[in-house]
Amino acid sequence: MSRVHVTTTVNGDETEFLCDPRETLLDCLRDRLNLTGAKEGCGTGDCGACSVTLDGRLVCSCLVLGVEAEGREIGTIEGVAQGDELHPLQRKFIEHAALQCGICTPGILVAAKALLEKSPDPTEEEVRYWLAGNLCRCTGYDKIIRAVMDTAAEMREAV
Amino acid sequence: MEYHSPASFDEASALAAQAQGVTRFLAGGTDVLVQLRSDLVTPDTLIDVKRIAGARDITRNADGSWTLGVAVSGAEMREHAELGRDWPGLVEAMDLIGSTQVQGRATLAGNLCNASPAADSVPAMVAAGVRVTITGPDGTRQAAAEEIPTAPGKTSLGKGELVSALHVPARGDRGGDAYLRFIPRTEMDIAVVGAAVNLRLDGETVTEAWVSLGAVAPTVLLVEDAAAAIIGTTLDDAALAALDSAARAACSPIDDKRGTVDFRTEVAGVLARRAARFAYARAKGDAK
Repeated sequence: MSRVHVTTTVNGDETEFLCDPRETLLDCLRDRLNLTGAKEGCGTGDCGACSVTLDGRLVCSCLVLGVEAEGREIGTIEGVAQGDELHPLQRKFIEHAALQCGICTPGILVAAKALLEKSPDPTEEEVRYWLAGNLCRCTGYDKIIRAVMDTAAEMREAV
Repeated sequence: MEYHSPASFDEASALAAQAQGVTRFLAGGTDVLVQLRSDLVTPDTLIDVKRIAGARDITRNADGSWTLGVAVSGAEMREHAELGRDWPGLVEAMDLIGSTQVQGRATLAGNLCNASPAADSVPAMVAAGVRVTITGPDGTRQAAAEEIPTAPGKTSLGKGELVSALHVPARGDRGGDAYLRFIPRTEMDIAVVGAAVNLRLDGETVTEAWVSLGAVAPTVLLVEDAAAAIIGTTLDDAALAALDSAARAACSPIDDKRGTVDFRTEVAGVLARRAARFAYARAKGDAK
């Protein structure tokens, strides 16, 4: 099976990898680029643990092929913090204890960040619907929703 | 598997016409890649249509009609305020499919060509009178949306043919559309029954109507008897009762874990009535 050469931008850095055309973007990120923040939960687009942005649009990286990333811009959880400085969402998730096992957390942070960029003052209902594709089997969601709402409030004050 | 990302629909068609074995076209990938990942369908040739010029465009034509590219995502439709004002039922039907992440990728063309009888956007397309352009080895042809699926997972597209554009009619005055589905939860599920109604009024009277049902037959249905039941009426109780029975009469569903034959048939009547009332209110300007 011949490998395909892919050039893409991940978290602002141009990068390249070789992959089999059947490999998902998730596998390419994890196994070719060693960016293991995105997790594989279901592998069929139901759980959201592999959420990344593709040209700014929230997607499940398990339902994108690595070859589709050619010339695109990918955003992953690794690009959310600025060096050692956590993103407000990450701080608030710790403050509110909005995670337990943590497998769903990278996907939820990427998804919540995409929401707050689009909608800085979301209603709780909007947050719940937006995150309906991010499954968490530990927290019962309540602390996640509170952390996102609190982050949104803080970020609005900061502007 | 060979992956291709052609620059034109003619090239995509030629690749598919020459390909051996299983060929799939890739738009949003929310069905094709799930089937690939679960070893249900492993294509020998995968043809990505997203880089073809126009595939990502939503265009309002001079006559008020719309041309939608085959790779336009549900999220892009939802964000297009003018399209949503003209065809709220169509946009809402697409928006019901999957999560935010799925909406970032899933397309109308893919939902149509996946040929699921429960596809949410398809009854809305059929009721709206959506037509598609098909590019094939012998050039292009047009077909109505309801002519594409022929059975669960099967389409009328021949070897080398692919849908290359979707055409939504001009909304025109005093028209409205609506799509409703029944699922046992509020979000992220497959329709047990779906019903779409598109109609036009003259004063208070329905002058044109289209009724389409999903998940109650091997393919999405365009139910002409149900439309006839409300044309010429003011959607009074008698018309709604006639619509209900025509919708039920068109059903030939299966029994499965999502619903029994009796349940699906009854719900088809109920949803047809509710969608008709919703479309009627929209046509009058009483609802958004």
